[in-house]
Amino acid sequence: MAEVNEAVKERSMVIQKEMLAELFTELSTAKEKGRKVVYTFVPGNLTELILALDMLPVYPEINALQSGMRKKSASYIKDAEKMGFSEDVCTYVKCDIGMMLNGNIGPTGEKLPDPDLLLLSYTGCFTFMKWFENLEKLYPGVEIAMLHTPYQEDGRITEDQITYMVKQLEEEVIPKLEKVAGKKLDRARLAKMLENSSKAEDLWVKVLHSAKTVPSPIDSYFAGVYYMGPLFTAFRGTERALEYYQELHDEIMERQAKGLLPITPEGEMKEERFRLLVEGPPNWTNFREFWKIFYDMGAVIVASTYTKVGGVYDQGFRHDPDNPIESLARYCMGCYTNLSLPQRVDLLEHYIKEYKVDGFLINSIKSCNSFSAGQLLMMREIEKRCGIPVGFIESDLVDPRYFSYANIKNRLESYFQMLAQRKSILAQQPTTEKA
Amino acid sequence: MTGIKQPPARLAEILRTCEQLAFDLEFTHAKAWRKAADDRLLVGYLPIYVPREVIHAANGLPVGIMGVGDHKRIIKGDAYYQSYICHLPRGIIEMALDSNLEDFDGFLFPAICDCVRNLSGMFKLAQKGKFTRYFDYPQNFKEHIGGTFFRELIETVESDMFKLNGVKVTPERLNHSIGLYNRNRSMIEAIYDIRQEFPWRLSAVDTYYILRAGLVMPVEEHNAILEEVLELIGLDHGEAMDNIRVVVTGSFCEQPPIGMLKSMEMAGCYIVDDDLMLGSRWTQGDVDDTTDDPLGAIVTAFLEKSPSSSAVYDVGNPKGARLVDLVRHRHADGVIFCAASFCDPALLDRPELQKACDAAGIVHINFQFHENTGQFKVIKEQAGTFSDSIKLWV
Repeated sequence: MAEVNEAVKERSMVIQKEMLAELFTELSTAKEKGRKVVYTFVPGNLTELILALDMLPVYPEINALQSGMRKKSASYIKDAEKMGFSEDVCTYVKCDIGMMLNGNIGPTGEKLPDPDLLLLSYTGCFTFMKWFENLEKLYPGVEIAMLHTPYQEDGRITEDQITYMVKQLEEEVIPKLEKVAGKKLDRARLAKMLENSSKAEDLWVKVLHSAKTVPSPIDSYFAGVYYMGPLFTAFRGTERALEYYQELHDEIMERQAKGLLPITPEGEMKEERFRLLVEGPPNWTNFREFWKIFYDMGAVIVASTYTKVGGVYDQGFRHDPDNPIESLARYCMGCYTNLSLPQRVDLLEHYIKEYKVDGFLINSIKSCNSFSAGQLLMMREIEKRCGIPVGFIESDLVDPRYFSYANIKNRLESYFQMLAQRKSILAQQPTTEKA
Repeated sequence: MTGIKQPPARLAEILRTCEQLAFDLEFTHAKAWRKAADDRLLVGYLPIYVPREVIHAANGLPVGIMGVGDHKRIIKGDAYYQSYICHLPRGIIEMALDSNLEDFDGFLFPAICDCVRNLSGMFKLAQKGKFTRYFDYPQNFKEHIGGTFFRELIETVESDMFKLNGVKVTPERLNHSIGLYNRNRSMIEAIYDIRQEFPWRLSAVDTYYILRAGLVMPVEEHNAILEEVLELIGLDHGEAMDNIRVVVTGSFCEQPPIGMLKSMEMAGCYIVDDDLMLGSRWTQGDVDDTTDDPLGAIVTAFLEKSPSSSAVYDVGNPKGARLVDLVRHRHADGVIFCAASFCDPALLDRPELQKACDAAGIVHINFQFHENTGQFKVIKEQAGTFSDSIKLWV
């Protein structure tokens, strides 16, 4: 196993850590302070609606990934399996249920409050529905709101789909949120939050686009999952999130201006040998070891699809304060895993060209059929369309039984050798031939 | 002579035909129907449910594509799917890459899980069929919200078909089709009712052949077969065995191999109900076939008369209670949970369904399978032990 030292943190990461600590403290005292708590999912979340009604969101996938990073997921998963859940099914679900069976202790060591509302705004993942059906049984009597987000099966969002979503939001979801919150939704407040969201989204996109420069000042996958945190979870729409993204943006622009390479847990990278595009979520149980394999080899992930699960903002979507409910509907339907496979392949192709990508790598996740089913065909399509080397590794989100460090390292090293060889061949070719 | 009345010869003949049709992965019968007229269309659909009435009314033949089971060797399909993804889609992509699905005009992929959802995208990328739709039926069950959305979804399919054959789905045509499928479902339920009392007259495997054959032929032909079967199993034949009665659940999509069903039966379990061909039994009761708005009647039936299923959001209508009701209704002794490996919807439902059974005092056992599982010895032994334990102790 690789040795992992104390992580080096960027300034924005420190701010984010403070934001998270504040949130979990608020959550731990929510019941005594009379704050209502809403459990919901990350993709297609309705955070602004929840916050505009002074409720606090909890994201079960975030609990699960935090448990994975804190090395607690293995025992949580086993507890869920003892309860009857198959070894075959999504480990996020089992980890979350196992965590609940063990007292629902959050990442800061404080107990998470039980939900007052389960808000199932499920986008791009059928298993979310099964997950909440299970949670509903585990929290008997809890209020439930369901938002069925149609899939972009035809490669676009249709007017019928928008109407369906808006009707659900206006007639079912918002009334249920208001009922639980005990107050009416202040639409002006919601609009203000969406305006904040939009500004933060502008900054986030600039951060993502910084990776187009060579060398890239950021890693868009391993560091990207930290960068996306506030926007994809409990803080979108808040002044605090805006402040965070301004800080992050300034920090990255400064790095870009100085020609600096990405920060890793072991400090700044010194060389960018390979520019990669990664499809699929990361592994959380061995996150830093996994990352280290890449930065030790000078591989920078300049674009990733996982950082689009909470919104494909770099393709133009913004929350719209002038059209709040429709904009929330469009947001839900626009997240990456709600895109059809042809749309996903087109987006990958676009990234390969825009970000001057040397290689395309899939981290195929056992637990996540939404991502994984079809990836092997996507890989073939990309190889055919772009002619760049493609790599394929397998792991899991939070089940350490499915992370084989040696296998993954071997496979990646072979892949990097292939990339290096290709680069050297391309370097020897005349410029016209390369083009 | 043993004194046991032998099953009618005609029944054996029908069963042979149905078995052959059910597992004809070239879909010969359906393709022959298609070729008989230019304006006919073949529309393949995956498990579980599509409103077949609408396809029928548009002069199409809805053809159920239930996987390849153990009837086709997977060569290319495994290269398209990771080992941790269920078996059904790899068989279907194998068929798509071979010639099995040639002559199909369109494909519908019902919204039952992420694998089937993404398979719809794979068909689009591979440019299979003249139209491919992910059939994203609503999880909101209010008429003016989910109902309106569902209606628009069906109209899109109607439009896809109209562009190909110019056949307009009129209220008259649709009411006629609804009537045929009402008859089809009511006869299937009548078969299950007879089997509830006399399960030895038609085995679960034979029932399966009859229902699955119905997925590849016009409903009119299937209705004729069902009528005959009903008449034949109404006659006294065979002899009751000292078997337990079980409900099999969890196999609504990927289908267990026939050998597995046979093993359960041979181990002493009469399967008195199941969700194997759930799409053919979807609507619980009739759809109104007398209205000026038959499409509205189909929508209402979906919202109000859908069965318990892992693919339908169950809040307000818990699946556990519905399973317990089914067990009681069929006077079953126990439940066999029988889900495909890596089937998230079925396997994520299982713990809560088991809890509901426990609370109701219903015993249960659990198996997992792939559609091409080839070893049944363990399953037979476990099902036998389950059966014996019920006979001895329950």
